[in-house]
Amino acid sequence: MADVALRKVVKRYDDVEAVRGIDLDIADHEFIVLVGPSGCGKSTTLRMIAGLEDISDGDIMIGGDVVNDVPPKDRDIAMVFQNYALYPHMTVAENMSFGLRLKHYPKAEIKARVTEAARLLDITDLIDRKPKQLSGGQRQRVAMGRAIVRNPKVFLFDEPLSNLDAKLRVQMRIEIKKVHQKVRTTTVYVTHDQVEAMTLADRVVVMNKGRIEQIGTPNELYHKPATRFVAGFIGSPAMNFLPCRLEDVGGTLQIRLTDRIAFALPPARAARYNTLPRTEKLLLGIRPEHLTESHAHLGPGVESFDTVLDVTEPMGMETLVYFGLDGTPVCGRVDPNAGAKDGAPMRLAMDLNNMHLLNEATGAVL
Amino acid sequence: MSSVTIDKAAPTRTVKYGSMSRDRKWALRWSYFFLTLFAIFSLLPPIYMLITSLKSSAEISAATNPWWVFHPTLENYVGLLTSNQFLRFFWNSALVSIFVVTITMLISVPAAFALARMRFWGSATLATGVFLTYLIPDSLLFIPLFKVFALFGDWTGIQLINRWYVLLFIYPTLTVPFCTWIMIGYFASIPKELDEAAIIDGASWFQTLTRIFIPVALPGLIAATIFAFTVSWAQFLYPLVFTTSTDQLVLPVGIITTLIKGDVFNWGQIMTGALLGAAPPLIIYAFLMDYYIAGLTAGATKG
Repeated sequence: MADVALRKVVKRYDDVEAVRGIDLDIADHEFIVLVGPSGCGKSTTLRMIAGLEDISDGDIMIGGDVVNDVPPKDRDIAMVFQNYALYPHMTVAENMSFGLRLKHYPKAEIKARVTEAARLLDITDLIDRKPKQLSGGQRQRVAMGRAIVRNPKVFLFDEPLSNLDAKLRVQMRIEIKKVHQKVRTTTVYVTHDQVEAMTLADRVVVMNKGRIEQIGTPNELYHKPATRFVAGFIGSPAMNFLPCRLEDVGGTLQIRLTDRIAFALPPARAARYNTLPRTEKLLLGIRPEHLTESHAHLGPGVESFDTVLDVTEPMGMETLVYFGLDGTPVCGRVDPNAGAKDGAPMRLAMDLNNMHLLNEATGAVL
Repeated sequence: MSSVTIDKAAPTRTVKYGSMSRDRKWALRWSYFFLTLFAIFSLLPPIYMLITSLKSSAEISAATNPWWVFHPTLENYVGLLTSNQFLRFFWNSALVSIFVVTITMLISVPAAFALARMRFWGSATLATGVFLTYLIPDSLLFIPLFKVFALFGDWTGIQLINRWYVLLFIYPTLTVPFCTWIMIGYFASIPKELDEAAIIDGASWFQTLTRIFIPVALPGLIAATIFAFTVSWAQFLYPLVFTTSTDQLVLPVGIITTLIKGDVFNWGQIMTGALLGAAPPLIIYAFLMDYYIAGLTAGATKG
């Protein structure tokens, strides 16, 4: 086991920069998830840690040693691929032991390790089967088993659950978390699924266009996003962004959303935003769960307004409501018994204690 | 199999005009018709050869029904199989084919692996180039090649012409490009993640080739082997040009040069020799056909 460090790592393909100078410190035993839309450089970063891609610039360190020019087999890492990449002509046991056999481990130890990994992953019964006789979830377990038996310094996962159906994905997500709790190997996990990222990670690295947007615990990213990209990427349904501006009305700071709708900011927020120029074009970032049905007694900082719903989506435990504010589509989450109906008027409440204010031009969260 | 399924399904549902099963039925009928036609067309010559090989010279030249044997005899078979000369041809052919297949595989498998997987400068152009060399017909090549070996003999004093083993240098010019091309195709179809997984597991390039690629691409390897064997076993022009002494001849050339004396054709023995010569490829096909079924990659990845 070891820590991993990336120092100003760059990857260039001809004239395209896929990864643009990444700095990242991954502690020993940590579970790090790289998340971002496709083409953001997350997989390239993982493959550079694995040694499957050369780095164009910078340094990668595993356990304190610079491994820039160390071939993959000498980096002591194990990787799980999206499409499993099991050796089709070998049984499950042979697949799992391939790396150990190449390194000429004693037979008894190989058997012990394979048995232990198979027990851990609950695939003991499948040990003599060929990959084609396995289901997708079983294949993914075998792929994980192949990584575990090697007892490497670092586990690398490249979108390992993307090929599974939704139900199995949730199940395997829990399995991966359990396995990590048991073996405690430093893990770098790549996914485009922010739910996977949030649920698995000790820390999430949000990437966009070859750069790191923000590094933080799942809760930090959710509650204190640094940029519009992170705010919009983390959370489902995504955060709403409403064009707005600040104005002073009778000594209190107000946020004006439309000609008709303006709210007084809660004192804490007002103090924080007071220094902002009133002319600046701003965006109000508000998550759907902070746009709920209005009650008779609203708490401090919660403001209500009337709107007409476009579409409603009953989810069972909640109902998603969609409406427009001056042409900007907005999503809210209301109680399933709140009486939300397609095309019907509804009074909603916005919890401004959980609002974010963003600079429209730079996307920075203020 | 499929026709049975259709018959069973037919009573339970109304078959509409233009429906899948109706189209399928007609497609099957047509394919059976043409397959039968093709089978008859391609099987007639060997059947005729078999009939002729069982006749005596007198019966062959007699004006009787050529499709029937009235006095079957094995004299042609006994004659050939006890002739040292014929056995020598057979032996030469076997040696040449086995060596050529070995040489071809030793060159084309690593070459294909390199061209398919190791991205190096000009690898794509080289892969196309390899295939282009196959497109040059042997009838165009044999004179320059002969010249090359003659010059080689003049310069070094090593005389290769009129030795059976000269064919070991020549046949690979036909087999290596094509086998490399086949293997590039097979190797390219193996998912990239498979060799990446092997590399991370600690395999060298060579181990990746021998322990992952060759077993996974076995159907392709067998196809290439069959091709190389067939080419070297049946090659006629090159041995005709490069070998002349009877003890250096391979089977196809040997049969023609020794069993046709002037304008006298020993038809019985020619047919017998050709049949016996066709036996080894037939046996090899029969053996390898079972393995020659694609789908070994199933289960490697999703799909």
